[in-house]
Amino acid sequence: MSNSASRITALVVGLLAVAAADAAEKPSKMGIGRPALPEEIAAWDTDVQADGRGLPPGRGTVKQGEEIYIARCASCHGEFGQGAGRWPALAGGQGSLKADRPSKTIGSFWSAVAPLYDYTRRTMPWGNARTLSADETYAVVAFLLNLNDIVPDGFELNDRNLASVKMPNATGFSADDREVSEKKFWNKNPCMKNCRDVPKITGRAGDTNVTPDAKSGPKVD
Amino acid sequence: MRENWSSGRLTRRGVFSAAGLAGASVALPLHALAQSAKPDPAISEVQDWQRQLGDGVDKRAYGTPSKFEAHVVRRNVAWLTAAPESAANFTPLHALDGIITPSGLCFERHHSGIAEIDPAKHRLMINGLVDKPLVFTMDDLRRMPRTSRICFLECAANTGMEWRGAQLNGCQFTHGMIHNVMYTGVPLKLLLDEAGLKPNAKWLMLEGGDASGMNRSLPTEKALSDVLLAFAMNGEALRPEQGYPLRAVIPGWEGNLWVKWLRRIEVGDKPWAAREETARYTDLLADGRARQYTFVMDAKSVVTNPSPQAPLKYRGRNLLSGFAWSGRGAVKRVDVSLDGGRNWKTARLEAPVLDKSMTRFHLDFDWNGEELMVQSRAIDSTGYVQPDKQELRRIRGVNSVYHNNGIQSWLVRGNGEVENVELG
Repeated sequence: MSNSASRITALVVGLLAVAAADAAEKPSKMGIGRPALPEEIAAWDTDVQADGRGLPPGRGTVKQGEEIYIARCASCHGEFGQGAGRWPALAGGQGSLKADRPSKTIGSFWSAVAPLYDYTRRTMPWGNARTLSADETYAVVAFLLNLNDIVPDGFELNDRNLASVKMPNATGFSADDREVSEKKFWNKNPCMKNCRDVPKITGRAGDTNVTPDAKSGPKVD
Repeated sequence: MRENWSSGRLTRRGVFSAAGLAGASVALPLHALAQSAKPDPAISEVQDWQRQLGDGVDKRAYGTPSKFEAHVVRRNVAWLTAAPESAANFTPLHALDGIITPSGLCFERHHSGIAEIDPAKHRLMINGLVDKPLVFTMDDLRRMPRTSRICFLECAANTGMEWRGAQLNGCQFTHGMIHNVMYTGVPLKLLLDEAGLKPNAKWLMLEGGDASGMNRSLPTEKALSDVLLAFAMNGEALRPEQGYPLRAVIPGWEGNLWVKWLRRIEVGDKPWAAREETARYTDLLADGRARQYTFVMDAKSVVTNPSPQAPLKYRGRNLLSGFAWSGRGAVKRVDVSLDGGRNWKTARLEAPVLDKSMTRFHLDFDWNGEELMVQSRAIDSTGYVQPDKQELRRIRGVNSVYHNNGIQSWLVRGNGEVENVELG
């Protein structure tokens, strides 16, 4: 085999190898499913990402939000966002996260406004979801921020300023670090004999009396 | 049927009332071989079912459990939540055998009630950072390669009521937000390959088609490894309360990510920080900071028998039984203590022992009416050892709500009754 022939052979082998690698990297398509139409994506893709991407155009003021909130939200969340019964409180609790009984609200705990807009628009009002317009949602969120002393009374929230509203607990979250901070739970030799003093009972579920008894069980035919 | 989950020698009243606990003096048989004075009527008399015809075929077109098992049901703790449509109930772990949770006993957690979706009208959309946004019908998904796998789904808040001390008296309530099911569905990787991920695709957002529109962020790395989109559980279509017609199955990771009634997957470059991963399902530590995206469920176990709903009825030989599981791998070993953690014995694991599946363990023991403090400790294939509750609190505080995998303690009294206790 001449030099040039062997070079050509090498080249062909090389190309085949590239083609094979391509085939391995690119998954073979099943050809199942159909392209999503732009109108269909627009109808369903209404979520808002943490940095505000996905916000619809619109605006709403604290004052407009108060009217909507009183009519559509206050029966569960209370007139001042304090919560009614076991429904969640939406306001207050700032500075309580280290307390014995922390109050995790929009003002004390949520890290950003975008998820609040996202959740309100897609999930609220509970039992009649997806009925607030984009503008109504901006207004309700503006009112909730105002209830938490995050924006002033005359504030208008819109798609351009929402992501820049700073939340008090914006830096309060950190990534899962269990494999480092809880490394000691990976223990090669867990104790088997005489591992501790004789234990004392320090609490009993019977004392709390909060367990449903048999009578509270569901009826079964 | 009336409740009878202590149809033996102990009454329900005896199990739960404070008076019953303080004053009970129930004589338990010393051992199973006690001589009977008279022949047993279960043997000496002809029973109705030995004489008469029973129901014919088709009387029970979809079979249900015996009427004598009517007490084995999911139960709610009504005071925990504002309304049953945004609530949870609990799997009766003490009444199960083997490792599979029957579909009708799998705990429920809904945020806006059970969506009743016509599968002919259900669509799955994949959009965002993909080459080609796609829509699939249920029939489409059923034409694709599928796989089945047994794995556990544990709610991140399972045992969440016990952070501050012993509170609920029964493993159904302390540990029952878990189920273990054979799920069948399409590997999510196949669908993502079909749409084609863009190079900057790092996270997915899974969205439910119910009125809560539950949405959670999932790293693409996990999505491409072992995530399934399941249409079947335990050999039949998903139950409505488990997300019929389609749910995500995310082995080893917290249940909230297993979005039910799944209708859309959006591909993105960052996590969404959705409501369910900021305001909820984040773990508040004692210093006021919260851990976020704590997806993996740590190794955990619980003794289900004996437990408050399953008291000891006999002296002599008894069988202790329970469940262990880990989101990081398989259960490698379970140790059991009968003296509150002073001494441990290694329990017997019942086959099959599967990766990211509930695993059944047993220990034979002789009981002569002495007080017991029963605990179990799971060790997984990564070497993680389930921690003591106090050890866990020292790191995580008591306000976490989620991810409580501390060792459970049951006090067994001389009369066989069992109570959830905190040991110090």
